[in-house]
Amino acid sequence: MDLTGRFHNLFISGLVSGESINVNLFQVQRSKKSPLCLFPLCVLLRLEAITMAAFLARRLIGNRSSQILGTSSSSSGAFISVARAFSSSTTPIKATLFPGDGIGPEIAESVKQVFTAADVAIDWDEHFVGTEVDPRTNSFLTWESLQSVLKHKVGLKGPMATPIGKGHRSLNLTLRKELNLYANVRPCYSLPGYKTRYDDVDLITIRENTEGEYSGLEHQVVKGVVESIKIITRKASMRVAEYAFLYAKTHGRKKVSAIHKANIMQKTDGLFLQCCDEVARKYPDIEYEKVVIDNCCMMLVKNPALFDVLVMPNLYGDIISDLCAGLVGGLGLTPSCNIGEDGIALAEAVHGSAPDIAGKNLANPTALLLSGVMMLRHLKLNKQAEQIHSAIINTIAEGKYRTADLGGTSTTTDFTKAICDHL
Amino acid sequence: MSRRSLTLLKNLARNANGSGIQTRSVTYMPRPGDGAPRAVTLIPGDGIGPLVTNAVEQVMEAMHAPIFFEKYDVHGEMSRMPPEVMESIRKNKVCLKGGLKTPVGGGVSSLNVQLRKELDLFASLVNCFNLPGLPTRHENVDIVVIRENTEGEYAGLEHEVVPGVVESLKVITKFCSERIAKYAFEYAYLNNRKKVTAVHKANIMKLADGLFLESCREVAKKYPSITYNEIIVDNCCMQLVAKPEQFDVMVTPNLYGNLVANTAAGIAGGTGVMPGGNVGADHAVFEQGASAGNVGKDKIVLENKANPVALLLSSAMMLRHLQFPSFADRLETAVKKVIAEGKCRTKDLGGTSTTQEVVDAVIAKLD
Repeated sequence: MDLTGRFHNLFISGLVSGESINVNLFQVQRSKKSPLCLFPLCVLLRLEAITMAAFLARRLIGNRSSQILGTSSSSSGAFISVARAFSSSTTPIKATLFPGDGIGPEIAESVKQVFTAADVAIDWDEHFVGTEVDPRTNSFLTWESLQSVLKHKVGLKGPMATPIGKGHRSLNLTLRKELNLYANVRPCYSLPGYKTRYDDVDLITIRENTEGEYSGLEHQVVKGVVESIKIITRKASMRVAEYAFLYAKTHGRKKVSAIHKANIMQKTDGLFLQCCDEVARKYPDIEYEKVVIDNCCMMLVKNPALFDVLVMPNLYGDIISDLCAGLVGGLGLTPSCNIGEDGIALAEAVHGSAPDIAGKNLANPTALLLSGVMMLRHLKLNKQAEQIHSAIINTIAEGKYRTADLGGTSTTTDFTKAICDHL
Repeated sequence: MSRRSLTLLKNLARNANGSGIQTRSVTYMPRPGDGAPRAVTLIPGDGIGPLVTNAVEQVMEAMHAPIFFEKYDVHGEMSRMPPEVMESIRKNKVCLKGGLKTPVGGGVSSLNVQLRKELDLFASLVNCFNLPGLPTRHENVDIVVIRENTEGEYAGLEHEVVPGVVESLKVITKFCSERIAKYAFEYAYLNNRKKVTAVHKANIMKLADGLFLESCREVAKKYPSITYNEIIVDNCCMQLVAKPEQFDVMVTPNLYGNLVANTAAGIAGGTGVMPGGNVGADHAVFEQGASAGNVGKDKIVLENKANPVALLLSSAMMLRHLQFPSFADRLETAVKKVIAEGKCRTKDLGGTSTTQEVVDAVIAKLD
């Protein structure tokens, strides 16, 4: 019992920290007293591995559990997911990086530095926005960039400025449509040490990203009368509702609130609510409530601690997620991650490209860094994610190194170095 | 000499007690017969509606205001406004409304929206300001949100294309956008406001909100003394939370107006204290400025903890609309004194009083 207990603990600690457990097992095996014990112990360990890995994998994995594990845990699926977590220290994970425009390259550099200092084994595949329209994508993003994201399934995107002009799609729209990014996840939490008027914010906004009011279907009926069509489909609403509840469950969140205006837009938001209701029934241990959007806005500015996870259609999501970003300190500190079908995750910094401070080493890399942390959590590299996250929080909380937008005087490089020192 | 200084000191003391809220000594010259009592339609409504409208009735009674109420019983579940109510409003031209609860989910279209469409009340106004004595996270807030009330996303044109796919039409017309822009600038002009901000999402909804912005820009040219700027709605919400003092008058289409009004009300003290109303060319309906769904909250009704301040301040606006400015001033001063004192506050403002206690305090403070 004692020996298996120790293996148990080692295994758990290994799994949770994401390190390679092969090394641990080898060490344990060498310390063994007699070789005869090896075989049954191996079997025991395998059984342990199956059950514990399955249990933990379900908890740690984000939206991929439904694909990897299926509804009931299968041992092979558990091994795949466990193997993925183990691969971090041996084979680097490839991820696409879009530095973007303006301050993009500086903050992307900052992210690379911090990740290297934290021993994150990620192989960055950098792509820049082209200078001319690529006919295959009908935008400034090249076909190769899109293919790269589709292949690696993770990416990090800096701010991109859509050039003004006609005849091409906006860059964000291109990414969204081609990669089928259906949910935008934005966690908003008060940063300890950076005081705003709201200190107890800890919520996550999950916004449907493909349809709703932003379908872009407008036309002029007669001169002076314009119609814009808002579309809500069962498929998209179910998708985002499923993701929201899964996210709540895997991150240990207690409550999901669906935001709507179904008292006025009865059929459209009514359909959205129906889908949320259906999904809520499958998760009886997560509290579920429905809040009308105007009530939600008011409650958010009066008492943001009332909310936990918010799921909403496109337009409300846009407004509410920016409102929540404002509560915690602005877009310069807000991470964000777009989730697509087949487990694609594209973390991005939602602030603008700030061309006026580009190249001056004044930019605040926090948003891109926190988005990178979200990306790491999605890849199950939770130990490094936690390390980097605490380093960022501590650096900001200390207050010695702060960039200009937080009221300090440090440069980007100083701030980055301070974070690396805190690791 | 000492007698004069005594009265001066007494005046100072009185004014100091009112914490800066002074009664005006301005003389209005009414026409003969202006003091005849005016009829106002009163719709108590659902939930907390009857409580707060009762409060207004009591205060009007105590002030001997030249107003008498024609009460009508309307509930949110009714499919249409009863025709006698519409008749009464058309005759009196002024209405005071508690809240009408709109059932969520379907079947019944909102009575509030119906009322606005039938009477063509195209402008909805919410005045959000910091009340002295009420602590909030934001200072220096004084925003008026003017929201287009008839079209936009609330046109109510929805249909199911195929099972599982629903469409909703948002309609923006030049006619409605122009008149709301004109109203907003006129309001700013008549109330000595310096800035009008148009809230939109024209980077995404280029044609619809683009048309709205065009109309605002055209009207702005006719008021060169008023600063005009535009802001995208998500940025606007962020700025409201971070720096609300930069906003003065905001003009918005229907849906954004709802959100912005509720956000602004929340930062300035809550929907329990913000006055507002709906106004059209011929009629005006006064109600609680930003109602965030508390109408149906039964717990508040049972414990009589609804906040009457919003409807009291709206009725002060109504008195001014009916051209009884000194009654309006008296009412507003009394309400502000009660809030500033801080002894009598309902639960949403952090106190423990009931509705009746607040009403009694206001009546006591009327001079």
